[in-house]
Amino acid sequence: MRIELVKRPQHSALFSAVSPFIALGLTVIAGAIMFSLLGKNPVDALYYYFIDPLRETWSLHELAVKAAPLILIGVGLSVCYLSNNWNIGAEGQFIIGAVAGSILPIVFPDFQFWFVLPLMLVMGIAGGAAYGAIPALLKVRFNTNEILSSLMLVYVAQLFLDWLVRGPWRNPEGYNFPETRNFHDYAVLPEIWSASGRAHWGFVFALVVAVAVWFVMARTLKGFEVKVIGQSPRAGRFAGFSHGRMVFFAFMLAGGLAGLAGISEVSGAIGQLRPSISPGYGFTAIIVAFLGRLNPLGIVAAGLVLALSYLGGEAAQISIGVSDKVARAFQGMLLFFVLASDTLIHYRIRITSGRARAAGGRAQAAPAGEVPHGHA
Amino acid sequence: MTKTLTTLAAAAALTALGASGAAAQDATKACYIYVGPIGDFGWSYQHHQGLLEVEEAMGDDVETAYLESVPEGADAERAIERFARSGCDIVFTTSFGFMDATNKVAGKFPDVKFEHATGYKREHPNVATYNSRFYEGRYVQGVIAAKLSEAGVAGYIASFPIPEVVRGINSFMLGAQSVNPDFKVKVVWANTWFDPGKEADAAKALVDQGVDIITQHTDSTAPMQVAAERGIKAFGQASDMIEFGPDTQLTSIVDDWGPYYIERVKAVHEGTWEQHDVWAGMAEGHVVMAPYTNMPDDVKQMAEEVEAKIKSGEFHPFTGPVNKQDGSAWLAEGDTASDEELLGMNFYVEGVDDKLPN
Amino acid sequence: MGMLEAILLTVATAATPLLLAAIGELVSERSGVLNLGVEGMMIMGAVTGFGVALTTGSPWLGVFAAIAVGALFSLLFAFLTLTLVTNQVATGLALTLLGLGLSGMLGEGFVGRPGVKLTAIDIPVLSDLPLVGKLVFGQDPLFYVSIALTAAVAYFLFYTRAGLTLRSVGDNHGSAHALGIRVILIRYLAVMFGGACAGLAGAYLSLVYTPQWVENMTAGRGWIALALVVFASWRPWRVFAGAYLFGAVTIGQLHAQALGFGIPSQLLSSLPYLATIVVLVLISRNRRLTMVNTPASLGRPFVPDR
Repeated sequence: MRIELVKRPQHSALFSAVSPFIALGLTVIAGAIMFSLLGKNPVDALYYYFIDPLRETWSLHELAVKAAPLILIGVGLSVCYLSNNWNIGAEGQFIIGAVAGSILPIVFPDFQFWFVLPLMLVMGIAGGAAYGAIPALLKVRFNTNEILSSLMLVYVAQLFLDWLVRGPWRNPEGYNFPETRNFHDYAVLPEIWSASGRAHWGFVFALVVAVAVWFVMARTLKGFEVKVIGQSPRAGRFAGFSHGRMVFFAFMLAGGLAGLAGISEVSGAIGQLRPSISPGYGFTAIIVAFLGRLNPLGIVAAGLVLALSYLGGEAAQISIGVSDKVARAFQGMLLFFVLASDTLIHYRIRITSGRARAAGGRAQAAPAGEVPHGHA
Repeated sequence: MTKTLTTLAAAAALTALGASGAAAQDATKACYIYVGPIGDFGWSYQHHQGLLEVEEAMGDDVETAYLESVPEGADAERAIERFARSGCDIVFTTSFGFMDATNKVAGKFPDVKFEHATGYKREHPNVATYNSRFYEGRYVQGVIAAKLSEAGVAGYIASFPIPEVVRGINSFMLGAQSVNPDFKVKVVWANTWFDPGKEADAAKALVDQGVDIITQHTDSTAPMQVAAERGIKAFGQASDMIEFGPDTQLTSIVDDWGPYYIERVKAVHEGTWEQHDVWAGMAEGHVVMAPYTNMPDDVKQMAEEVEAKIKSGEFHPFTGPVNKQDGSAWLAEGDTASDEELLGMNFYVEGVDDKLPN
Repeated sequence: MGMLEAILLTVATAATPLLLAAIGELVSERSGVLNLGVEGMMIMGAVTGFGVALTTGSPWLGVFAAIAVGALFSLLFAFLTLTLVTNQVATGLALTLLGLGLSGMLGEGFVGRPGVKLTAIDIPVLSDLPLVGKLVFGQDPLFYVSIALTAAVAYFLFYTRAGLTLRSVGDNHGSAHALGIRVILIRYLAVMFGGACAGLAGAYLSLVYTPQWVENMTAGRGWIALALVVFASWRPWRVFAGAYLFGAVTIGQLHAQALGFGIPSQLLSSLPYLATIVVLVLISRNRRLTMVNTPASLGRPFVPDR
């Protein structure tokens, strides 16, 4: 028996809409089996996973807090990936954005005016963009592979932050513990509706950015340029688009958005710098970007789904004692099903029996409308 | 029909009261937040052992829950708030990085008790802090190391330059100097609490540079295994690591949180919980020395004597005269360091062969 | 044992797991499949190797089990990306998540138990030679495996017909398919080889490096292995050089600390990463040479047309 994929003439609108539900269905079935094997009531487990976090207002706020950085970073990364720039260092750009944005409240704590916060956001974006420009520069100027340089710069950024908060930026009143002073009131990103929970304006930024980038990509020449260069650098050259400038554009956009995510997280949700400010948002956002099919609006949905899986994992841990590892394994499974179901958008699956026929067909390029997966 | 409804409503009201802690008869719910996995066999593992001890000691009177691998940062606040909302009567947050989040949530839930490990902020009456004086054990280790080391140099695998770790290094040094004034300590910062491979590398580097005793302030058992392989001696950390070096471990500083957790959860159960700041050591049983092994009897005896003196309060590891690293005077003859000074310690004492990253 | 020799030994131990995982990933990438799940496959190998060795008492059984589990685990990735044509980057990351979770579940009973160590081979007389004795003749068996594997992969890729086929699949799956090469089958095998090597690398961690099991004990080494493949521009002996360079800088910085140079440890700790970037910048300036070695179809999905 063989599984064969038959390409659809054009991608299926039906399955575009239905595939997330197929994925959900499969996850529910597989999850039920897994939880039963572990001796837990599967109905309870799935309830805590998917429903419980959505039941209360405070929890919805938390969902927004968790999803905001994932969406912001994911949207930026989608432009990178569409234009064939393999930025996997968003985590580092997030950190440097947070650091750059925190200069004012930490180094100049007496500088307390209303415009401090806008300046911080701008500096955060600039910091992230500048850090993103390093792999771009190395790629354009020295032909250095960006997968390696962007990943390595993540570790460097983490150590740099570590050095700052344990050394020069340590809170002078903090008994030498590794954390900076708390941000003053003018430096705190306000909560959207503080009476009901702590979701801050970072979530609004995420939504606005997602819509804006969606518009640019779908409706403007720049978006066209990104896609042309991504699918065929040669065609891009004929069209007169500069490959080098595109590399900078994509990396600095993604870096800037990661930086915005970083400073929003620090000033909105944490309120100071600490040795670790991100539980791997920059890496998780890569999954979010692809889960959202590299479409900014899809990324909003994907970011919320992933955030839900974190919250649900916690709820299940507390309520029925499913361990953290089970929660993570379940998350991995969910992702597999979502990715696999998306196959149905572009292909029909045919199960055939008998032997494989000899080759001879023409191979086909990446399906139209699909992500360019290539590697420059 | 109406009657049933009324009864139900009354029952519901009663349950609600019980949940808010008014009726002490119900089980008390104790909840724990760990920064690492309970499988780290170090810091978080030991806190979880404490939880298990509470369960054993209190039986049906207690109900427990925990969240492991909670990242410090925005996630911590959510995790703590979730506990507060899910009917926990007392929440233990077991890492320094949870300090601000704990206080923030505590302000919103005045009926829930919060206990934060190793921090110093108690912004609300329902927040207590607790810590252990691990440095007392380090002093004993220093004494043993100086007695046994032929090279006169010990290796110290440190995690991060925070006061807790610096205090440990200093205490170890003072203990060693009490036996051999010329004793040397080589410090390597692993920049991690937990990475067995890296800790093993650090241990090997130290052995290669001629130390013949290793002590660690990181959490894995890897340095113990390296020491065993290279045929030198080592001290364990956080838990008793004797199984990883039956012929190697001299002793280990064991974090025993059980007695404290039992005391505090019982206090909540009986309604006698009060805010406090506890920094307890050997005397209270928070810091326990694993059996002294792999050493001659006279050294063992000496170690036991020092331990007994610290336990009884007769001796404080930071007793003058002590100079700072640069030679300037710190503690005068007979003076002891205040808790305030110890809490924020960020300088070395004289004789430590390392520069503090500052 | 002299200090230099001792340091070299330590470097070899630090480099071997990176080399093992990277050489497997290299084969997978040469066939055109980018598998970002190395960390997940590695940790599965680590927990399997430890568990089997502990329960059977035989470290060798542990090693073989780890290889098998690594290959099986990568089969999951292969099925999704090759048969169902899911996105390779996202699937690989999901594989890492799954591996970290699953290994934690499987390993719950192994925490805090000393493991069984795969003992070093000691060739008498020769291993007593000065300087190189222990290094060349007194290492653990998997060290020799890692070297042999590098040589074998280098030979296979560049001196055998099968290797040429594999590279052609990675360079242009369209033409390979047109020539009658079974692209998908070859990629399945390459991915599983990568998984097996990652599993072996994991076993190295839990049976040789630090014979114990703790959650997340790979601590990011799978990521470093991935970076090394790129660093090496997909050439086996450069992977070897990269792994040893990375190991040497990592160990070197610890020694620099123990000598008390007084440089911030964070700066020292970031040296291996910076060094890798700098060296790659230097060697990749020759555009043409890099182009020749980069598998052109890397990461691209392939579906035979009919």
